[in-house]
Amino acid sequence: MPGSTPVSAPGEELAAQAALPVPAARRRRPRWQRNLGLISSALVLAAIVIAALAAPWLAPHDPYVQSLNDRLLPPFFVDAERAVPSHPLGTDNLGRDYLSRLLYGARISLLIGFFAMVVSGLIGTVMGVLAGYFGGRTDTVVSFLVTTRLSLPIIMVALAVVSVFGGSLEVVVLVLGFLLWDRFAVVMRSATHQVRGREYILAAQAIGCSVPRILWQEVLPNVLSSLVVIASYEMAQAILLEAALSFLGLGVQPPLPSWGLMVSEAKEVMLFEPWMIMLPGAAICVLVLAINLLGDGIRDLTVPEGRA
Amino acid sequence: MSDALLEVTGLSVDIPTEAGVLHAVRDVSLSVRRGETLCVVGESGCGKSLTSLAIMGLLPPTAQRRAQRIVLAGEDLQAAPARRLRALRGDRMAMVFQDPMTCLNPAWTIGNQLEEIFTRHGKGNRRAAHDRAVALLERVGIANAAGRLSQYPHQLSGGLRQRVMIAMALMCSPDLVLADEPTTALDATIQLGILQLLAELQAEMHMGLMLVTHDLGVVARIADRVAVMYAGEVVEEGPARTVFTTPRHPYTRGLIDCIPQPDRMAPGQRLGTIPGMVPSLVGDVQGCAFRTRCAFARPECAATVAPRHGPDAHMWRCVLPPETLDRAA
Repeated sequence: MPGSTPVSAPGEELAAQAALPVPAARRRRPRWQRNLGLISSALVLAAIVIAALAAPWLAPHDPYVQSLNDRLLPPFFVDAERAVPSHPLGTDNLGRDYLSRLLYGARISLLIGFFAMVVSGLIGTVMGVLAGYFGGRTDTVVSFLVTTRLSLPIIMVALAVVSVFGGSLEVVVLVLGFLLWDRFAVVMRSATHQVRGREYILAAQAIGCSVPRILWQEVLPNVLSSLVVIASYEMAQAILLEAALSFLGLGVQPPLPSWGLMVSEAKEVMLFEPWMIMLPGAAICVLVLAINLLGDGIRDLTVPEGRA
Repeated sequence: MSDALLEVTGLSVDIPTEAGVLHAVRDVSLSVRRGETLCVVGESGCGKSLTSLAIMGLLPPTAQRRAQRIVLAGEDLQAAPARRLRALRGDRMAMVFQDPMTCLNPAWTIGNQLEEIFTRHGKGNRRAAHDRAVALLERVGIANAAGRLSQYPHQLSGGLRQRVMIAMALMCSPDLVLADEPTTALDATIQLGILQLLAELQAEMHMGLMLVTHDLGVVARIADRVAVMYAGEVVEEGPARTVFTTPRHPYTRGLIDCIPQPDRMAPGQRLGTIPGMVPSLVGDVQGCAFRTRCAFARPECAATVAPRHGPDAHMWRCVLPPETLDRAA
């Protein structure tokens, strides 16, 4: 659906009559341009994605190379005297360049966040759409699975899985993917249920559409906006959980530069070099905030009540 | 009757409810010939819409359909597998729904939805579908048809959307169109235009049209045959002229008296009304369902009323002597 519907001539006249309190410029600009949160979060997110993609070219050093002579160099804004120009954000306790590790860490966070979101989104959307469309027994089964999933504490399950399979990027993605689908299922179920009752579904049946075609062509495009919002939320959730798991030593394993792992490694020297824990912490915070704000902004754009 | 395009015999629809089984449609028999308009009339909840949905095989899953025969152009719809039914729907039989506001998918353009039916039923490629859509939109009276194809449903008015729905039903030149109260959701000023359009197209394409409505005034204008339904049953059926001039069922008489006729009525004269409410159809329904509201009700109305037949394939279910309801006109 196009966001900017051309307003018909009589509508414009009416708007002009009622327009006294509204500045003219605000009325004309498309809705997305008025949403400050959406614009700023999109810009921040774009910057992080570009930084992650271009990490090999942007990073001044190899994030894995240790240099024990250059251990614990401070960033330039902490101690300009001791800071070294080639390590603008300092080095960690093994002498690895912190900026390079942060840049490569963005890759890990985005990778895990994205693929965990895709896996859980696939599972949850399929279950939710089927439950919402067919109802009855399918719905009962899906609701039971959702309740079962909700009764499992994520950290506990992750702990058990990692102790069996060992921690790695793939294991973290799969564990999070298989644990975060519940919200997708619940939201897609209710959204589909609403769409199911619309007459255009009946009309689609009346022109001879098969069930898979109706689900794909008629239902999915109409629940897409809720799906996008949930997806953004779950991606942020997955990134946070990855950081938490890595912090506990259950997620990504060293020497991979995960932000959660960097927080964990920095906590040993937290009292002497507090910047070491703050930088990856701030990075996680900014990324999660940006994704959440983006989801919020998209929701504001797509809900009918938000339409001007 | 052998040349009938659609033949329905003994159709019943039961809906199980908590209070018991609701007999929403009871033993309905209808037939539509090619090039003929059958109007199904009755008040809300008398089973008109369910009848048309039952013919299409689109009843809600809880509703149960039983029929002796549902035959479309010689093909038994009850025996047809789901795949064959899907191929028939939209291609050989199409439906126009009541509310054009909710029948079009808001996520796709008009053109997308029109062309889909055409390509889906293997009538040709997208190019041909596009041309057909433009031609049909022009035919149903939409100016700038090519431009409209790229618009979304919310950019069209209700009347335009219903015209699009009609065009959509006609994309594959179906044999039979079922129109379920196509004008109810529209402004009174547009209603007549849409109906006239339907009637014109029906004659032009020589298809069968089954028009479900509760507006007897509409019926008088465009119907060839009329079936009057009450409480899930066809109480009277026959050629439109015969039913209007010599109604044989008191319910039909009552409906006709409800139509305002400015040239025949004295100013200030009250329109006819039918007192009372439609009876509950839950549980067994015995005898004539209209007897609770009928001015002519007799004790024998409580027993099963057999259909009676007059000249001109005129059928009614009433025990009254045929001439009781005639008026000196």
